[in-house]
Amino acid sequence: MNNIGKNSFDLGYMDTLASGDSFLHRLDPRAKLVTTLIFIVAVVSFDKYSISALIPFFIYPIILVSLGGLPAGYLLKKVLIISPFAILVGMFNPIMDRQILMHIGSIGISGGWVSFFSIILRFLLTVTAALILISLTGFNAVCGALTKFGVPRPFVTQLLFFYRYIFVLTDEAERMVRAASFRAFSSRSVKFKVFISLIGNLLLRTLDRAERIYRAMCCRGFDGTIRIIRSMKISYREVVFILGWSALFILLRFNNVALNLGALVTGSLR
Amino acid sequence: MHMADALISPAVGGVMWAATAGLIAYSAKKVKDESDDRKVPLMGVLGAFIFAAQMINFSIPATGSSGHLGGGMILSILLGPYAAFLVMASVLIVQALFFADGGLLALGCNIFNMGFFPCFLVYPLIYRKIVGKELTQAKLMLGSLLAAVISLQLGAFSVVLETVASGISELPFRTFVLLMQPIHLAIGIVEGIVTAAVVAFVWKARPEILDSAARGVAMGKVDIKKVLLGLLVVAALTAGALSWFASSNPDGLEWAMLKTSGKEELESHETVHASLAGAQEKTAFLPDYGFKKEESRLGTSVSGFVGGALVLFLAVLFGWIFRRRKK
Repeated sequence: MNNIGKNSFDLGYMDTLASGDSFLHRLDPRAKLVTTLIFIVAVVSFDKYSISALIPFFIYPIILVSLGGLPAGYLLKKVLIISPFAILVGMFNPIMDRQILMHIGSIGISGGWVSFFSIILRFLLTVTAALILISLTGFNAVCGALTKFGVPRPFVTQLLFFYRYIFVLTDEAERMVRAASFRAFSSRSVKFKVFISLIGNLLLRTLDRAERIYRAMCCRGFDGTIRIIRSMKISYREVVFILGWSALFILLRFNNVALNLGALVTGSLR
Repeated sequence: MHMADALISPAVGGVMWAATAGLIAYSAKKVKDESDDRKVPLMGVLGAFIFAAQMINFSIPATGSSGHLGGGMILSILLGPYAAFLVMASVLIVQALFFADGGLLALGCNIFNMGFFPCFLVYPLIYRKIVGKELTQAKLMLGSLLAAVISLQLGAFSVVLETVASGISELPFRTFVLLMQPIHLAIGIVEGIVTAAVVAFVWKARPEILDSAARGVAMGKVDIKKVLLGLLVVAALTAGALSWFASSNPDGLEWAMLKTSGKEELESHETVHASLAGAQEKTAFLPDYGFKKEESRLGTSVSGFVGGALVLFLAVLFGWIFRRRKK
């Protein structure tokens, strides 16, 4: 029950992070969006048995988190508790793929375990990249970037509107659920009948709210589009940011830095 | 049933992105053409409603588990397919960005699985056909129940196809289908009952809302042929472009294609390893370490582990130093 409040708190907290002021926060949102996408594609394009080659990619989230002054512990916790789907599906790899792929000492490691571990690494990398993007940029700025990239206006308007009212409606939902639980014996979750009338009433209130908002907007001269006044500029910093990271990603994509370094060390030890 | 970045290949992600982007552009144009300003705040607020409503759980009697409202169908019923698709897409984008449900690359897959099927296939072909123009409570409930079940089945099947085509997961097609469909049948029935009950609630309290939605101005009718044709063209174009790309890069699409038979996989893995071993030999510190073939694997994996740990350590160290310097 309490996770309704927690979820909207999470959203709000990410926005608070985005209002920070660092070199990375000030960067044009387009640069950060493009770089994040390149990063994700680079990570995902590895074959499914890659492990060591993926590890150097952690440099990107780590540097962004530390330069942007983001709370690493908070982000990590968020990553660890979410989205069990990848891990659930990945769990089958060790069962299905028992071909021994490598040995550590005398213990054989099957391909399934290797690819399972690889899935977890991919998951960590892609998810943190997305979370970092939003906590360095903020949702409204990402929407601004989308407009500049030619995403249709009605859709961007929808995104902005939707985001704005998430907070209002989750608050409303939380109040309703709290009221219902105060009047019920078991407070764990709502009974079906109560649930339907809760949702139904929330829906009716939502429809009324939409009408009120529409009238209020008409009074203020709304003509179907929301205008965003925010100047965006691609200067040399943005170019350096995109090109620098992309070059690094390409380097890491085609050279297994971890393996080479390891070979260097173990080779020299031998 | 959010698809995750970790499970898809760039080719699959790219194709689904293109398809979804096409659908968004088409829907946005439709919504704009309709030029009903009233719909702008309505869509936004209904998206937030779906978001909030999904956080409320109810207990399913006698099972101990809980269910919640599924979004796509109820949105289609209230808004018509085009606006509903845009709303669904925006909900999924926020979930991907803030809660990392799925991921950015998998976003195309997710919007397609949870938006396209309910809005563009099931709503016009099932719900509208059952409910018709003259509303009755029985028809409304049957229509929304069936529609929710079928759209979830299609969505789940599409997750299976995307996962198998990506070839990251080892689950064979048959097992995966047998795993996903029954689970989502159960979820679908629960979602269907909820959708039907909520629709019935609205019908009882404010029938005019559903009446006007059912009469469906320009919005209600989907030109399904156009949508599908456009989709086909987009898919063909991107698949062509991507396979051309991938052919110069052996571990992209081909990997996925070869996935069905386990053999090629291992062989190509062999070559990957061989090239890695080659790279290792080239860059090794001491020139005289001549591993035999069998041992070189051990060498590779050991260096992999050592190197990985080292790189990770260095990265964390960098991060720590940067942070210290800032303070």
